[in-house]
Amino acid sequence: MAKVPVQFTLNGSEKAEFVDSGTTLLHALRDKIGDTSPKGGCHQGTCGACSVIIDGELRLSCLTVAETCSGADIRTTSGLAEAGVLHPLQRAFLDAFATQCGFCTPGMIMAAKVLLDHTPNPSREDVIEALSGNICRCTGYEPIIEAVLTTARANSQNAA
Amino acid sequence: MELRKNYFADQRKDGLHEIGHGRPRLDSPGHVTGKTAYFADRNVPNMLHLKMVRSPHHHARIRSIDTSEAEKHPGVVKILTARDVPHNVYTILILIQVGPEDETVLADGKPRWKGEAVVAVLAETERAAQEAAAKVKVDYEVLPAVFDMEEALKPGAPLVNEYHGQNYYLYDSGECRKVRFGDVEAGFAGADHILEQSYQSSPIEHAPTETTGCVVVPEGNDRFTCYTNTQAMFFTLDNASIILQMPGSKLHFVGGTVGGGFGGKVDVIVEPIAILGAKLTGRPVSFIYSREEEMQISSPRAAEKIIIKDGVMNDGRIVARKVTGYTDAGAYSRHSPYGAQKGAAHYPGPYTIPNVWIDTYCVYTNRTPSSAMRGFGVTIGDFALEVQMDKLARLIGMDPLEFRFINAYRDGDMKAHRQPTEGAALIECMQEASRAANWPVAEKYMAMSSYTKGA
Repeated sequence: MAKVPVQFTLNGSEKAEFVDSGTTLLHALRDKIGDTSPKGGCHQGTCGACSVIIDGELRLSCLTVAETCSGADIRTTSGLAEAGVLHPLQRAFLDAFATQCGFCTPGMIMAAKVLLDHTPNPSREDVIEALSGNICRCTGYEPIIEAVLTTARANSQNAA
Repeated sequence: MELRKNYFADQRKDGLHEIGHGRPRLDSPGHVTGKTAYFADRNVPNMLHLKMVRSPHHHARIRSIDTSEAEKHPGVVKILTARDVPHNVYTILILIQVGPEDETVLADGKPRWKGEAVVAVLAETERAAQEAAAKVKVDYEVLPAVFDMEEALKPGAPLVNEYHGQNYYLYDSGECRKVRFGDVEAGFAGADHILEQSYQSSPIEHAPTETTGCVVVPEGNDRFTCYTNTQAMFFTLDNASIILQMPGSKLHFVGGTVGGGFGGKVDVIVEPIAILGAKLTGRPVSFIYSREEEMQISSPRAAEKIIIKDGVMNDGRIVARKVTGYTDAGAYSRHSPYGAQKGAAHYPGPYTIPNVWIDTYCVYTNRTPSSAMRGFGVTIGDFALEVQMDKLARLIGMDPLEFRFINAYRDGDMKAHRQPTEGAALIECMQEASRAANWPVAEKYMAMSSYTKGA
């Protein structure tokens, strides 16, 4: 099968790989590049566990063809902590008991990050809407919503 | 968190180090940084992918299996059928002496449910395995199937599972698990009212976000490391050992990190065949359920039917309870004989009833084998029992919570299984529930205690 080159920035680092044409970004990230923080839950765009940020927008990496990402800026949960310090969202998820099995957590955090990047002071409804594409089967939605709102409140206090 | 120290003050030890304190989860830092390693997060080079050919029929006899076209498919490395499995007929609970062995790893002549594994295909890529699996030709003679528990128990019903010989599990107590306490007929005869209701449930799928699977790596020296998301590590290790006829020392299981399970990952389904594939090819093998397989193939919570007949007095006392419970095991036992047995123990409820009669059946049908799920055997029972309690309270015009206070078991009460009640604390829980739910009950119930008879 024809291999195609893909080249993008992943969490600030240049990455280049040859993949089979049609390979999903999820597969390329996990099996080629070795970033396993996006999870494959359904491989059909419904569970949200594979969510990543591409050029500032939330994307499902299981439905994104890797070769369409050339030149893109891709962010995943594994690159969120800086110099070993957790991102405020990661800290809030940790403190709010917002993880159980942890399988949905990286996707949830990506969805929450895009929300807060675009809407720094979201309402509870905004948070629910933003997370609605991410399924948690351990029924942890309430602590997750609380973690996102806590992060937003802390951000607005810092800004003020 | 608030601890109500007024309850059981004489038994309470203060100065507790853990109870009443929040503690961070040990695994959370890994979860929020995406560093937690689930079984599929290990990048193993040179890995083969396993896909199953599954029965499209609920009940059929296999006339022939032709793998010749599939073997020629590019990328195919090995194809496995029943005769490749050293000990093909097994049952999970044989480890705790619940038999007979009644389930095949790969169907041997007769699939008993739609989706049963028949042939395993190992190939270089997932796509090649899938395409080759589609080329396996299986010639089936379709047999009559039974999907309803009552139908399955009728004389002349199609026999689902020959290893049992009848469509129910034969306990050492007979065709069902039984509880007998007092004289239930005398209880009904003396009751002011009798209410008989039937309750039923559908199978429920756990739908964990991470699908069931494992990755097996041959380590040389005929030893295999199996990275798995099983929820039952030692059941899986020991059953794999039996199925593969290999000593446990040859099998190294690595688990403990599960992306959602809820009981759906306690069966021993993916690991033995993946290890066998690794053994016969000498290469690492990945066997991971697709989302569709997870929803269609993995064992759900059993469908249940529960018939409850209660005799109740005008003053609120339940004086007799007769329950017949049916658990739909599907085609194989898995954990269902145990689930049905748990139901027998549970149907008296947390209530003191002087006359109790219970039968619970584990029934075989040509449906997907059911198995464990969060409180299986008692969860649906609790739904039925508590709906029944509400109906009984309504029947005698009593507040449903007060009705429960009257019947709640307290320390010293004899339970239907002839175990005296100890440390019940149910009265106190209901008192707190009454406050929390703002559902007031008469003062005499708030003055009750689990220790002493009163009110």
